[in-house]
Amino acid sequence: MGALLEIQNLTKAFHGVPVLRGVSFKIQPGGITGLAGGNGAGKSTLMNLVGGNLRPDSGVMRLDGQVYEPANSAAAARAGISFVHQELNLFPNLTLAENLFLTDFPTRGFWISRSALSRQAAVLLAKVGLAYPPDLPLERLTPGERQLVEIAKALHGRPNLIILDEPTTSLSPPECERLFKLVRALQAEGCAFVFISHALGDVLRLCDHILVLRDGAVADQGAAKDFNIARLVTSMAGREVRQLFPERAERTVNAEVLLEVRGINQPGVVRDISFTLRRGEILGLSGLMGAGRTELAGLLFGLTPHRSGEIFLNGKKLRGGPRPRIRAGMALLTESRGEDGICAGASVNDNILLATLPAHARGPLGWLSSARLKPVVSDVSESVHLQTKRQGGEPIRRLSGGNQQKAVLARWLLAKPQVLILDEPTRGIDAAAKFEIYQLILALAAAGTGVILISSEQEELLALSDRILVMSRGRLSGEFVRPDFNPELLLRAALAHHHSNPEVPA
Amino acid sequence: MIQRLVSSEFFVLALCVLLLAGLGPFTPGLLSAENLTNVLAAMLPLLLVAAGQTVVLIGGGIDLSATAIIAFTSVTGAKIMTLSGGWMPGHPAAVPVAAGVMLLAGFLIGLANGIAIAWLRMSAFIVTMTSLMAVSGLTVWATESKNIADLPAGFLALGQRPPSALAIAGGSLILIHVLLTKSIFGRWLHAIGHNARTARVSGVPVPAVTALSYAVSGLSAGAAAILLTGRLETGSPVLGQTMMLDIIGAAVIGGSSLFGGRGNVLWTVSGVLFLTLLDNALNLRGLSHFVIMMIKGAVILLAAGLDTLRRSGQTE
Repeated sequence: MGALLEIQNLTKAFHGVPVLRGVSFKIQPGGITGLAGGNGAGKSTLMNLVGGNLRPDSGVMRLDGQVYEPANSAAAARAGISFVHQELNLFPNLTLAENLFLTDFPTRGFWISRSALSRQAAVLLAKVGLAYPPDLPLERLTPGERQLVEIAKALHGRPNLIILDEPTTSLSPPECERLFKLVRALQAEGCAFVFISHALGDVLRLCDHILVLRDGAVADQGAAKDFNIARLVTSMAGREVRQLFPERAERTVNAEVLLEVRGINQPGVVRDISFTLRRGEILGLSGLMGAGRTELAGLLFGLTPHRSGEIFLNGKKLRGGPRPRIRAGMALLTESRGEDGICAGASVNDNILLATLPAHARGPLGWLSSARLKPVVSDVSESVHLQTKRQGGEPIRRLSGGNQQKAVLARWLLAKPQVLILDEPTRGIDAAAKFEIYQLILALAAAGTGVILISSEQEELLALSDRILVMSRGRLSGEFVRPDFNPELLLRAALAHHHSNPEVPA
Repeated sequence: MIQRLVSSEFFVLALCVLLLAGLGPFTPGLLSAENLTNVLAAMLPLLLVAAGQTVVLIGGGIDLSATAIIAFTSVTGAKIMTLSGGWMPGHPAAVPVAAGVMLLAGFLIGLANGIAIAWLRMSAFIVTMTSLMAVSGLTVWATESKNIADLPAGFLALGQRPPSALAIAGGSLILIHVLLTKSIFGRWLHAIGHNARTARVSGVPVPAVTALSYAVSGLSAGAAAILLTGRLETGSPVLGQTMMLDIIGAAVIGGSSLFGGRGNVLWTVSGVLFLTLLDNALNLRGLSHFVIMMIKGAVILLAAGLDTLRRSGQTE
């Protein structure tokens, strides 16, 4: 029997950064392929190519022996490939039937045929084992049941291959079992699956073939029965270092505690987080996507509330929103620059000055003198090697990503923070700017700033951090002190609280 | 090229000159000194409210309640100082007290709008629209829809004598302009209009600044009411009722953005000038009020279209 889907030497790059470097594999009809890999390994990109959401730069895909080049996800669906995304594309306010047929309502002339809609929806719901009337609003269903609705929606196109991206993250163990039972039942009817998950135990249990990606290439593959958790983790972690890092002076971190976090809890976000940060220390925060690192940063900075626990900076308890915390000596460089890092339409200089205007204002009305502000901006711009065309008068959106990020860093440098939280500071910027930002981070720490570095690039954390904390599903699951860093142990800790990873120590 | 031209600071002023040069020869009276003086005097109140509106627009909001504030403060001030049945008839302090109360009332109504929008996170559109309804209703109900006349001569002079009217309007405009360009409030407001989330992360007191912008708009409406009431010599419960479109229209024609972050009082001055001259010229050509409304509506729509064009040019 020939392969259902055959992929040969697929490559894909974004803005010159290669994400897939020649991936080849086969999917057999009716097989369940487990796809594993760390953050940025290329899993999502690969599946988006298969699902028709992206087009490859080079390489060939063959479906049933025919060349397969889907123009979009609808074309992929017509060819028999359905993609169930991690974020469910469902509308809680609509009924089950309406959700199932949203893009393809059965009609009678101009009008929706309600009877046909109910009848066809009932058939699909029965297939996934949901015994609900088709006119029930989706909001009445549990997350696990909604996942089944999403699969029912995928079944509507009579697919030969269904891609499930992290389908179990919001499911309880019984709901997972129900999902797996359904997957096996559909497999028995001849449907093939690709199962993407960080729950390695599930991957091993459910799949019959496993494919491990690392750095955009196939790191390992084979029959599931030949795999165990240890082999999976080793293949995922790898050893190679591609990024260039500045020389890191060996030094001992000052013993003085700067920031103390005691028992922070926020339901559904983080659980029992306690740690300290010392003066001049670079504390890395590692974890998989969705582990709660960004949420923790927002909570430390007062952007979002927490239910219990306390945060002390220099022995003083922090309260309120970002404003008092900035005054107390904290700063946060956010993960998504465009959303809450820059004012895109405002000038570079205005962006740089935004956090420190009160320090330069005079008189009761807060007058600002541009003559006084000018040297302030030009000094700090120079210290971060910011490149602008009109002395920073142009809108910041005209700068490259790297220069935008340097401008945001400059904003916080002006505030002279004692604790600087950096959330993915090098995301989406070029290698030269990355290097300069690494140098800045090291210089800041050497000058006594406590830095919390959140990064999905493990190499970055390993190269810069004095200590690394690992988060898994909202909890701290590991602590590693330089020089005892080990990529494999970090990954194990990051996977710790994903249920049904029995062999991973918690 | 077209984009450069349209986004130039002097584009609207140039349009004003074109308007005068184009219509002047065919419109008897348009270029006469008397007419132009009248036009300038008549546009001062509109200038004031439109400048206040510009402040709100820069912060990414909108204030639909300005005309109701004008009417409310007009009758409140008139009730204080009117010589027939007022609260302080003939009192030497009546005029300053009345003027002060009008400004304060405008400020407070604006602040109430601002608090509902900034801290209760209600939609600016709904808050200021319901504020428009409620304050207008209150004003007409409390006055039984009657004008309040017999105002002291000292007050009438404030709004009628060109030097004092010009001083009030000019002084306020300069103050607002400097506040927007040279103060920390202005910088913060621009940042909020560009991206309120970034502003919050950077420690900007977003709710306080937002609320204050509506208070400034209310204050400028109160100041406009002083001028308008003086010109009309009566406190009227429907004062300024027809101005709403002109207020927002003038700001937008001037180039202030409905999307926030971009605006300037000097641009708004050109916008008001253009809208007022257009209205005046068409009036002198004998066009009906309704035709003029259609034309003005089309011009404002065009300006809003340009605003969107500039914005999409930004995000590219």
